[in-house]
Amino acid sequence: MSDKRPVLDVRELGIDFGGLTAVNDFSMQVYDNEIVGLIGPNGAGKTTVFNMLTKVYQPTRGTILFDGEDTGKKSVVDMNKSGIARTFQNIRLFSQLSVLDNVKTGYHNRSAYSPLTAILRLPAYYAREREIDKNARELLKIFGLEEEAENLASNLPYGAQRRLEIARALATGPKLLLLDEPAAGMNPQETEELMDMIRLVREHFKIAILLIEHDMKLVMGICERITVLNYGMMLAEGSPEEIQANPAVIKAYLGE
Amino acid sequence: MDKQKMSKFSIGNLFSRKKRGRTISFLMVIVAYVIMQTMMNTGSLSSLFSGLLVPLCCYIVAAIGLNLNVGVSGELNLGQAGFMSVGAFTAVSVSGYLAAGIPNPVIRLIISIIAGVIAAAVFGIIIGVPVLKLEGDYLAIVTLAFGQIIKSIVTNMYLGFDANGFQFSFVDNNTKLAPGGKMLLNGPMGATGTERISTFTMGAILIIISLFIVYNLMFSRSGRAIMAARDNRIAAESVGIGISKTKMLAFVISASLAGAAGALYGLNYSTLVPAKFDFNTSILILVYVVLGGLGNMTGTIIATVILVLLPELLRSMQDYRMLIYAVVLIVIMLLTNNEAVITRLKLLQKSFSKKTPGGAKNV
Repeated sequence: MSDKRPVLDVRELGIDFGGLTAVNDFSMQVYDNEIVGLIGPNGAGKTTVFNMLTKVYQPTRGTILFDGEDTGKKSVVDMNKSGIARTFQNIRLFSQLSVLDNVKTGYHNRSAYSPLTAILRLPAYYAREREIDKNARELLKIFGLEEEAENLASNLPYGAQRRLEIARALATGPKLLLLDEPAAGMNPQETEELMDMIRLVREHFKIAILLIEHDMKLVMGICERITVLNYGMMLAEGSPEEIQANPAVIKAYLGE
Repeated sequence: MDKQKMSKFSIGNLFSRKKRGRTISFLMVIVAYVIMQTMMNTGSLSSLFSGLLVPLCCYIVAAIGLNLNVGVSGELNLGQAGFMSVGAFTAVSVSGYLAAGIPNPVIRLIISIIAGVIAAAVFGIIIGVPVLKLEGDYLAIVTLAFGQIIKSIVTNMYLGFDANGFQFSFVDNNTKLAPGGKMLLNGPMGATGTERISTFTMGAILIIISLFIVYNLMFSRSGRAIMAARDNRIAAESVGIGISKTKMLAFVISASLAGAAGALYGLNYSTLVPAKFDFNTSILILVYVVLGGLGNMTGTIIATVILVLLPELLRSMQDYRMLIYAVVLIVIMLLTNNEAVITRLKLLQKSFSKKTPGGAKNV
């Protein structure tokens, strides 16, 4: 792996909120087509790292290289355009839009046309919309949501909402997908299905996945590498086996 | 199993119902126009009623625009009358200036309306650029202020022209027009001596155009982005939707439609005072939108028609007029927000869609 250039290369990242240092000196790499886990006790700063990677928060220190390029002061929208998509810990769907329209929003920049084209219903409108519709329905099929296409997103059961959020993120055509606690609130059966789905997403879309998760069965089951975060600092990094055997990690999770 | 089937019926209907709503509103406007026009031609319409037709069209256009802003984009706008005012006084001035050059009233009307739309859009952009970068209710506050400011500005504005060009003064009338010159705006008296060139036909055309714009926008990439930004700002940004740009689009189109409405309104009266477009007018238009249903254009048109005509129909009640008007408002509000009523309507709709399974397969 080391001879390949990483998709995501984070160096000495840090952020302060007022006087509080939430994350400090955080470095990690994610390579092509890799599934990496980010774990840590509650309040360790995992979601803060995600928010920095997507520029919801601008980091105070350090650099984020994505696809070899310094992301500098890019905005949330620009980060998505350059190829990072994410899901949220507390599901954030467009509740008043249909399931299909939720996915279609993901094609906002990939199949773009101007508002004037839409208002005047120029040929480009029909061409782009047909393309968006076809791609969105294909995505829904992969996630087993094609039956729900015209249903309101807020009427979906919980598990389906999580799947829809992933589908919407993938619609933006990312190179790196960030999943924030995808298995939260799922039963073991659903978690099992989710694991299969994450593997399938990697195979099908040829992308790298970075995920935050508390469900150790999921993390140890699908991640090739794991980074452990504690009190905003990197505690350990390695394969699932190395992490499980690491005394510092056990101490952080279970205490002494 | 049975239950699942039933829910699928309503799922299938959701999409087609949206499109059906669009067809219904277009048909409704065209049918209403034909009926009214025939009644006017046969003389079976009272002068009071036929005088209401153009203002009614204006309010409908302004309300459709406002619904795009408030219902679809989810940003409260309390200054729609301000944009109408900008459109109205621009159009009246343009029409007054061009009166000699372009004798054809239809062409002059179209040019004046376009001028009104552009002026309102410019103000929309000026307000929208800074305010829509912010998150929260700032747009409501700023548009509220905008409505008041525009009223004060027009109230204190004197504009005239003669052979040497335009003359403009503020607060006091210092314009010294050469003989043959003409005042376009007269401070608190507003525009006087306007040639009345607005027609009901133009009103109906404007309604059709605004429906066309709003619906085509709603069922497009931009429409989805506008609604996504309304439903969840953070998620919308995460899929690459620029929030302020998107909200701007809805806001400026809303303002432009108000400009068109104002232009038509201004050219319908020989005298137009700036005080006409005050805060009450803004709220009135907002009431049409809220009672018609947020995001529901057909409902907005119906609500506007009822609420514009009602006070006139109740004129015989004299003092009780506004009392009854208020009661009707409250009753509509209660009915449209009542769980029991909504459930019953939904049941009715369900039994209806069961009888016509053909419509359910629509995907």
